[in-house]
Amino acid sequence: MGKQGNHKQLAAVIGVGQTHHRAKREDVSMAGLCREAIDRALEDAGLTFDEIDAIVVGKAPDLFEGVMMPELYLAEALGAAGKPLLRVHTAGSVGGSTAIVAASLVQSGVHKRVLTVAYEKQSESNAMWALSVPVPFIMPVHAGAGGYFAPHVRSYIRRSGAPTHIGAMVAAKDRQNALKNPYAHLQNKDTTVESVLASQMLWDPIRYDETCPSSDGACALVISDEATASSVENPAWIHATAMRSEMTTAAERDQVNPQAGRDAAAYLYKQAGITDPFNEIDAVEMYVPFSWFEPMWLENLGFAEEGSGWKLTEGGVTAMDGALPVNCSGGVLSSNPIGASGMLRFAEAALQARGRAGDHQVDGVRRALGHAYGGGSQFFAMWIVGADKPA
Amino acid sequence: MRNVAVVGFAQRQMKEFDGSPTMVELLVPLFAELYEQTGFTRKDIGFWCSGSSDYLAGRSFSFVSAVDAIGALPPVNESHVEMDAAWALYEAWLKIQTGEIDTALVYGFGKSSAGTLRRTLALQLDPYTMTPLWPDTVSLAGLQARLGLEAGLWDEKAMAEVALRSLSDAERNEYAVRSGGSSIDDLLARPLYADPLRKHDCAPVTDGAAAIILAADDRASDASETPAWITGFAHNIDPLHLGARDLTRAPSAAAAGSAAGVEGVEVAELHAPFSHQELILREELGLGANVKINPSGGALTSNPMFSAGLIRIGEAAAAISRGDAGRTLGHATAGPLLQQNLVCVMEGAH
Repeated sequence: MGKQGNHKQLAAVIGVGQTHHRAKREDVSMAGLCREAIDRALEDAGLTFDEIDAIVVGKAPDLFEGVMMPELYLAEALGAAGKPLLRVHTAGSVGGSTAIVAASLVQSGVHKRVLTVAYEKQSESNAMWALSVPVPFIMPVHAGAGGYFAPHVRSYIRRSGAPTHIGAMVAAKDRQNALKNPYAHLQNKDTTVESVLASQMLWDPIRYDETCPSSDGACALVISDEATASSVENPAWIHATAMRSEMTTAAERDQVNPQAGRDAAAYLYKQAGITDPFNEIDAVEMYVPFSWFEPMWLENLGFAEEGSGWKLTEGGVTAMDGALPVNCSGGVLSSNPIGASGMLRFAEAALQARGRAGDHQVDGVRRALGHAYGGGSQFFAMWIVGADKPA
Repeated sequence: MRNVAVVGFAQRQMKEFDGSPTMVELLVPLFAELYEQTGFTRKDIGFWCSGSSDYLAGRSFSFVSAVDAIGALPPVNESHVEMDAAWALYEAWLKIQTGEIDTALVYGFGKSSAGTLRRTLALQLDPYTMTPLWPDTVSLAGLQARLGLEAGLWDEKAMAEVALRSLSDAERNEYAVRSGGSSIDDLLARPLYADPLRKHDCAPVTDGAAAIILAADDRASDASETPAWITGFAHNIDPLHLGARDLTRAPSAAAAGSAAGVEGVEVAELHAPFSHQELILREELGLGANVKINPSGGALTSNPMFSAGLIRIGEAAAAISRGDAGRTLGHATAGPLLQQNLVCVMEGAH
């Protein structure tokens, strides 16, 4: 029998593609939407479908489009016919966990070049309906995602003593960053802290301009083995991946600072050999669907002490020219094709590490973190990618 | 590659739908059974992976509450595929191959009684061109069986033989929801259900769940005296479009079988929800007459959606643990008419 120990092969992102995100992409079917992202990722990687060994698909609930296991119908369009295809579904974190499963296909030594795609075409169904189907024996929330998370935000503000304009600062920053990203859904030139604070209160303390849009969109990555990655320009080497889940219903759950997120981050840094994340990570793409999640996740990810994440935001540390730029792409607040949103975070982190993020590139990024969460903050997926091979 | 084995297997299937338990209620005793079999506790499990379907449950995020069955505080390393749990087992096997973890618990669950299965599964077709016609699973399988009959690839007697053997073998399986062999003549005298299929040619609609523990190297030897070592594991998919493929074939099954290496298997547990599909799979996998097929009774005698494929692997592993065979195969299928196929080949002590 083989010896125990680390058998992990190196893997890297060598191709990144995404669609233009809009409220309704009436010009493409689900298959067309995925192909738009896939074709860009394959072109970026300099590969054709013939050179892809396996495909991994991710999206959020099937009821969002009204198709049961759509990867079956999509098999041909994704170039999967005659190949292995896996379908991942881990709630809002799915885009991230899909990329991690794709990476493990390479890290296990089973495949050399894997294509992964995540998407959501929310305009083909009704997300609110899909999330509101009554379930026997379970208390209905009837609140939508914003109503579900508003008490968490309120609790964060109470615990940390954060001033109430912090959420607006995040929203204004991310919407301004989105103007530098041609793929971003929202392109609102006039968004300022004042305009966000003047927008309608939806679920106190969350205002309209502090919420994410509903988008149609897709993201695709090509992940390869070490030999393939060494032959291309600027691969983003995968330094660490982590997934953690905790249960939904438990009195001892801390939904403001969930242990699953803290555990995932700790494991991630250990794998990547990082002891001081604030100083050793150069750019962060964080899953922030409601603006207040930036300070909350800054603490959960260990970039700030508990109760002080908002001080980084207020001090401009998370701005594009700050010491720890967060969501230079505009983030989930500017584009939210749910199933793809996590993969977009992972993809944007890869673009930063490759120096290929265009107008929203941060100078000198060597290591970037991509982060996703889902459900009622029970599911976490994250990775660290770097310009250099892992030490 | 690391040596990885199936070291524990547990299943539950419900004959009656009334009062059928929730999936959390079903999973908790399964996990307890696996801990008992392996001596592991929750803390010994390095990775959790499940397979299920939102549409079967008629709701979004059906896997979320199943995580509660783990008792996931402190949090666990966990993932989910929207597929039969056989593919969750594949994801767990990959994860072990990376060296990051040594053990995994994989589970699948499905409550087919929450809806009308043959109608629900029509939602797996092309949403723009096929689903609006609502062709249901059993009717599609009838078309497939008819094509094979007309091409002379099989006859109704061969289909009845599959059903008879399955029903007879299921008499020894405490979990089967249908069993009881009679005779070929008796089966062929029964009324047609979806011409040319009779009810015994179609898998029953079953609620159920199953779970397997995988372990690598010494962890496997510690957990089981008779680990079923995985020697080949592969899966593949064909196009969905019914006009784009020869419905009497399943090339993806042949590809998966060839990649996993099926030669020399003595027992094959095939996931064939319709009797003629077993005939297609035997051909595609190149299984000779000396290979014992579905000694558990197979999917024709119990077919809990999203765990039936995992159960085939569990049964194939159990055949090794019992000493019935030295080399076995577990197969899973998904999608309309054998579109997607997975093969896991296992061996006893090595």
